[in-house]
Amino acid sequence: MKYLDEYRNASAIQQYAQAIADITTQPWTIMEICGGQTHTILKFGLEQLLPTHLTIIHGPGCPVCVTAIETIEQALWLAAQPPVIFCSFGDMLRVPGYDRDLLTLKAQGGDVRTVYSPLDAVKIAQANPDREVVFFAVGFETTAPATALAVHLAQQQQLTNFSMLVAHVLVPPAMEQLLAAQNCQIQGFLAAGHVCTVMGYGEYETIASRYRVPIVVTGFEPLDIMQGIYHCVQQLEAGTAQVENQYARSVQPQGNLTAQSFMQQVFEVCDRSWRGLGTIPNSGLRLKPSYAQFDTAQRFALPTGKPPSDTLENVQENVNDNANSTCISGLILQGLRKPYQCSVFGTKCTPEHPLGAPMVSSEGACAAYYHYQSLTHSHPSTSS
Amino acid sequence: MQDNPEFNTPDFNCPLPLHSTDHILMGHGGGGKLMQQLIEGLFLPNFNNPLLNQRHDSTVINLGDTRIAFTTDSYVIQPLFFPGGDIGSLAVNGTVNDLAMGGSRPSYLSVGLIIEEGFPIATLEKIIQSMQAAADHAKVQIVTGDTKVIDKVINRNHEKSHGSSLFINTAGIGIVEHKMTLAPRSIQIGDVILLNGDLGRHGMAIMALREGLQFDSPIVSDCAPLAEPILALLEQGIPIHCLRDLTRGGLASAAIELAEAANVEIELTDDAIPVHDTVRGACEILGLDPIYVANEGRFIAIVPPDTVEAALSILHQFFPQQACVIGQVRSKAPNIDRGYVTIRNSLGVKRILTLLTGDPLPRIC
Repeated sequence: MKYLDEYRNASAIQQYAQAIADITTQPWTIMEICGGQTHTILKFGLEQLLPTHLTIIHGPGCPVCVTAIETIEQALWLAAQPPVIFCSFGDMLRVPGYDRDLLTLKAQGGDVRTVYSPLDAVKIAQANPDREVVFFAVGFETTAPATALAVHLAQQQQLTNFSMLVAHVLVPPAMEQLLAAQNCQIQGFLAAGHVCTVMGYGEYETIASRYRVPIVVTGFEPLDIMQGIYHCVQQLEAGTAQVENQYARSVQPQGNLTAQSFMQQVFEVCDRSWRGLGTIPNSGLRLKPSYAQFDTAQRFALPTGKPPSDTLENVQENVNDNANSTCISGLILQGLRKPYQCSVFGTKCTPEHPLGAPMVSSEGACAAYYHYQSLTHSHPSTSS
Repeated sequence: MQDNPEFNTPDFNCPLPLHSTDHILMGHGGGGKLMQQLIEGLFLPNFNNPLLNQRHDSTVINLGDTRIAFTTDSYVIQPLFFPGGDIGSLAVNGTVNDLAMGGSRPSYLSVGLIIEEGFPIATLEKIIQSMQAAADHAKVQIVTGDTKVIDKVINRNHEKSHGSSLFINTAGIGIVEHKMTLAPRSIQIGDVILLNGDLGRHGMAIMALREGLQFDSPIVSDCAPLAEPILALLEQGIPIHCLRDLTRGGLASAAIELAEAANVEIELTDDAIPVHDTVRGACEILGLDPIYVANEGRFIAIVPPDTVEAALSILHQFFPQQACVIGQVRSKAPNIDRGYVTIRNSLGVKRILTLLTGDPLPRIC
């Protein structure tokens, strides 16, 4: 298959594994940003091909995982309102709020529909003029242009029954937050190829020079990842800190200007709370005031409360290294721990009962480890 | 940006674990972990008996000197017509295949129809004719049945479906003409896993139709009866240890069920598993793994290693250039207590496969 088989060629991947081993003279720690890359690394077992002193850590690059629990609660509240048709990407349906998820709510009678694009939600709004159609707009810069296009279409069609619960997040501020942390171990990044396809990599050049980290814009196939790691190690060994573009077949330096233009017309930057990481300044997108009619928050009195007090002590994450029974997803999202180093991984915390954000989506680091276990890191549910 | 020494102690909160749901979710019918929980937590303890506890596609029962295989299945597929079949042919082939997986000769079927008020007779006639054509092809007779009409159904879009819903239950009886026990407990270390053809056609054909996805060449379901090739294997003396068709949950779920029941490692070879380019492309677009996608005309046969060549040559008469070896049964790693499935990729890396929770969900990006 064009653009697939050649990037899964075992011989080429092995050659890069050897090349990485040949140039790696000391321990290095590289973070891949995107959940799609995490998925590939684990599915193809790429870590097993790398030198043991080269550490790959998995970043907070799964938009499903990082959507704030308060936002999930708002989504659940909306989906429970009788006039609402709640439209969402499929993998958001399993994300737990405090005590349920959208799949459960659907079973209880909520009108929750899986869509593949925000444009599908616009069509549903056209077809159901007597219903309130809400689209759950999540994702990084990759999905934001389609959301912006949907807003344009809704405006063109003068839809009065269509709105969005917007939870878009931006990658560069999260990278900066990670790099600014005192205990940061990240020495190089593989940047997310799809995000850069939209945004280009100008912002990353600023980050690379400010924090002295090499950043390689990387694709999602196994050979892409190996090439990205190779270029990153090459820079680390040489002591350089530049942005390189491994994913040139998709990414141009300036990105997709049309998509950016749509985003700029519709969205403005705002602070955003990330599940597992807290609030990161200027890391989110929200609708501009001129598009307020499409903002769900303007149309509904959304709940903003915290969970019932009797559950609060159970939902506080324990970030201490000696956590003995609770989720350490904050540490995992920062790359400070591996999922299998969590005491509840695979026992109390599974994809059916996720305790933390990274176990929620298949792109989350914990879920990826759970689904793509090696025999070395098999989880207790396999070995009990 | 200022250093933020307290970055790893933000106002972060983790969700509570979701308790067992008190409602049935769509995932309970998806062939994954939720369905397994329902079977193990509710059905088996309540219906507890040795025949049910075989946990096979069909149950083999001794009636005097005769051994029969008995099975039932329900079909609720939407849309009713799809490339490569319809709910009628699917209902016949699905039950025929469950009987075939018990190593029996499918003989008799029952048909229970649950029809929504307002359903067009002409459409029903088309489906009934399709059922009879499938029965003729599979050499079974439909010998008893039942019809119920129900009030308007609320469809997946929360609308009354205006007389477009039809559900079919088929039960089947097959005659077992051999003395072998085709079951997980017969699986031996060293056995070889054979697959009769490429994966994922049925699931992706339905998904493409439901979601309006269009491809250069449309994906056609693999819906087909499988009794004939299996009976040919048995008649020509292939000592099959176990059979499993790869319906809900696909190859991965079927293999996991068998490995757990037999307490062995089933090692699959990624490169050996055939997937058509169009199906692979559709799966890539939706972020799905073809080995978890449903099939309706695919099965695995677990056979002793010295019979592989003979078995393949028989299967190739029915599935030219398709049937192939995809894996082997091995001893478990000593540090893992229950059976499991691994998949070895072209890089030589092995990983463990896990059951999905429920239905596969398309990934966001």
